[in-house]
Amino acid sequence: MKTLLIGEYRDGKLLESTYELLGFADQLGAESALLLVGSESQLPAYSGTLYIADAATCGEYNPDLHKQLVLNAVQQENPDYIVFLHSSYGWDLAPRVAASLKAAQISEIIAFADGSFEVGCCNAKMRRSVKPNSSTTVLTVQAGAFPALQAGGTPTVRKLTADVTSPLEFLGYEPAEKKDVDLGKAEIIVSAGRGIGKKDNVPVILALAKALGGELGASRPVVDAGWVEHSHQVGTTGQTVSPKLYVACGISGAIQHLAGMKKSDFILAINKDKDAPIGEIADVLVVADVMQFVPALTAKIAA
Amino acid sequence: MKLLVCIKQVPDLESRFKPDAAGVWYNETDLAFRMNEYDEYAVEQAVQLREKLGDGCELTVLSIGPDRVVEAIKKALAMGCDNAAHIQDSAASSKDPWQIASIISAYAKDKGFDIIFTGMQSQDRGSAQVGVTVAEQLGLACTTTITSFDYDNGTITAKRELEGGIKAAVKLKTPALVTCQLGLNIPRYPTLPNIMKAKKKEITAIAVADLLKEAALSTTTSFHPPAKKGGGIVLEGDVADLVEKVIAILKDKTAVLR
Ligand SMILES: Cc1cc2nc3c(=O)[nH]c(=O)nc-3n(C[C@H](O)[C@H](O)[C@H](O)COP(=O)(O)OP(=O)(O)OC[C@H]3O[C@@H](n4cnc5c(N)ncnc54)[C@H](O)[C@@H]3O)c2cc1C
Ligand SMILES: Nc1ncnc2c1ncn2[C@@H]1O[C@H](COP(=O)(O)O)[C@@H](O)[C@H]1O
Repeated sequence: MKTLLIGEYRDGKLLESTYELLGFADQLGAESALLLVGSESQLPAYSGTLYIADAATCGEYNPDLHKQLVLNAVQQENPDYIVFLHSSYGWDLAPRVAASLKAAQISEIIAFADGSFEVGCCNAKMRRSVKPNSSTTVLTVQAGAFPALQAGGTPTVRKLTADVTSPLEFLGYEPAEKKDVDLGKAEIIVSAGRGIGKKDNVPVILALAKALGGELGASRPVVDAGWVEHSHQVGTTGQTVSPKLYVACGISGAIQHLAGMKKSDFILAINKDKDAPIGEIADVLVVADVMQFVPALTAKIAA
Repeated sequence: MKLLVCIKQVPDLESRFKPDAAGVWYNETDLAFRMNEYDEYAVEQAVQLREKLGDGCELTVLSIGPDRVVEAIKKALAMGCDNAAHIQDSAASSKDPWQIASIISAYAKDKGFDIIFTGMQSQDRGSAQVGVTVAEQLGLACTTTITSFDYDNGTITAKRELEGGIKAAVKLKTPALVTCQLGLNIPRYPTLPNIMKAKKKEITAIAVADLLKEAALSTTTSFHPPAKKGGGIVLEGDVADLVEKVIAILKDKTAVLR
C-alpha cells in the first residue's frame, strides 16, 4: 500500500500539522512519499521521498497550480491513497485532485478499519463508515485525530514544477485580529454558545464567569452574530485555551470548538441535549436549560 | 448576469438521530428539516449581489432532494431568489458527493451561470466536497470558505478563512464558484410580503434521472453513534439539586471552589 501525503506550508513556514499526516500513514502501515509546496531551506524531519516545489515561484496559495503539482507526483508515485489534512488547504485542494483523477474522496477521517474509513456526521453527533469504490482514493484527515510523528531524518528530494495559467490570483495574507483578551492564560473560562438563545442573555453567562473569577469565552456563532467580541472566541479560528475549569454553556461541541478547549483540566457542560457531542469530552454534563441552571449556580456560588 | 445558489435541506441538528432500516443514514421520522446553515450565507450573498446588479440579473436557487426540500426552496425564494429548480430525488441521501456534484453540473452545464454559490459544507453530511467538485466538473474558477465577497465587472475579490484567524485575499475571474463560510453575512429573515411574492415564483421540477449519469465513487456502509468514551458524569433532574451536585463536584475535583 502506498500513500502520497500532501504537507502544508504557509507564509514562509512548514506547518507542524504536516507531521500528523506522517502519523496517519504510520498507523495505516503504508509506505509514504510526501509532497510540499515549500522551501528547500526548510526540509521536514522525514527520511522518505519528498516531492518539493518552490513556494516562492509556485505561489503559496494557487489551487490550480498546486493541483497540477500533485497530479505530477501522482503520476510518478501511483499511490493508493492521496492524503490531505482536512484544513483550509486540504478541503480546497483535495476535491480538485479527486475530480481530475475521478477518484473517490472521503473527508475528515477520524479512524479506519479494514479498508473502510470512519467520519463524523450530523454535527459530530453520529459516525459513518465509508468505503471507496475507486482504486485510487483521496482522503482528508481530521486535524488532531492522528498523533504527529516526527521520525527525523533527511528526505530524498525530488523537484516538481508545473506551468499553469490560473483564473485565480492570491493577493496576500491578512493577520489574525489582535486580541485584547488573552484567554490562553485564563484559569477559568465560562463560554456562551448559541444555546443561550439571544444577546440579552450574555450577561447571565458573564455573571457566572465573574462569580468564579474567570473570563468570558464564546463559540463562533455567538461571535458571528455580534453577541460577543471576536477576541473571546474559542476554537480553530479563535483562541486555544487550557484553563483549570472550562464551562460550556449551550455549546454543542463541534470539532472546531473542541480543538480550542479540549486540553482544559476540567470541563463542565450545560446542555439540554443529552446526546450533544460536548458530552464526549465533558467531565460533567448537566442536562438542563442553560438559562435556568446558570443563574441558579451563580447565585449559589456568589452566596 | 446569471447566478445560481445551491442549497441543501438538513435536519435540525439538535434532534436525536436513529439509523434507518438499512443502517446507512438517519431515519427521517420525527425529524424537522431546515436550510443548511452554510447555504443561508450563500443565499444571502447571492441575493445581495442580485440586488446590487439590478435588472437583467437572474438568480436561480437549486436543491436536490425529496418533496420536503421545496420548503427550503420557498425560503430562498422569499429571501430574494428569482426562480428555482427542484431536482426531485427521494434517494438523494444515498448519493455520494461525486454524484450530487454531477447532478448540479449536468443542470448548470448549458445555462451559462456567471457565479455559482454553495455552502462550505452540509451540516449532516459535511463532506465539504460538492461545491469544489462542481467547479472542477464545469471548469470554473473556484475559492472556498469565504468570509467576505465583492464583485465588480467580471472579477470577484474575496477573503478565505484559514486556521487561527488568518485570512487569504484572492481575486478570481468569472465564471466562478465560491463556497460560503459562517459569518460571511447576516442572512435576512423573509418578510411577509416577500413570502407572499415568492408564492408566484416559478419552481421547475426536474426528475433526477434526467441529469444523473454517474455512478457513486464511495459507499456508506454504516451509520452509528460514536463509541462512548465514558468517564464523564451525566447529571439530570431538578435544577436546585443539580446546582448542589455540581458545586460538590467542583469542590472535590477542581481547585477553583473552596
Ligand atoms: C472552518 C471552520 C472553522 C470554525 N471555527 C470555529 C471556532 O473557532 N470556534 C467555534 O466555536 N466554532 C467554529 N466553527 C463552527 C463550528 O463548526 C460550530 O458551528 C459551532 O462551534 C457551533 O456553536 P454552538 O455550539 O454555540 O452552536 P450549536 O451547534 O447551534 O449548538 C447549540 C447547543 O446549545 C444547546 N441548547 C439549545 N438551547 C439550549 C438551552 N435552552 N439550554 C441548554 N442548552 C441549549 C443545543 O442542544 C446545542 O447543543 C468553525 C466551523 C468551520 C467550518
Ligand atoms: N442535495 C443537495 N442539493 C443542493 N445542493 C447541495 C446538496 N448537497 C450539497 N449541496 C451543496 O454543496 C455544499 C457542500 O455540501 P457537502 O459536500 O455535502 O458538504 C452545500 O453547502 C450545498 O451548497
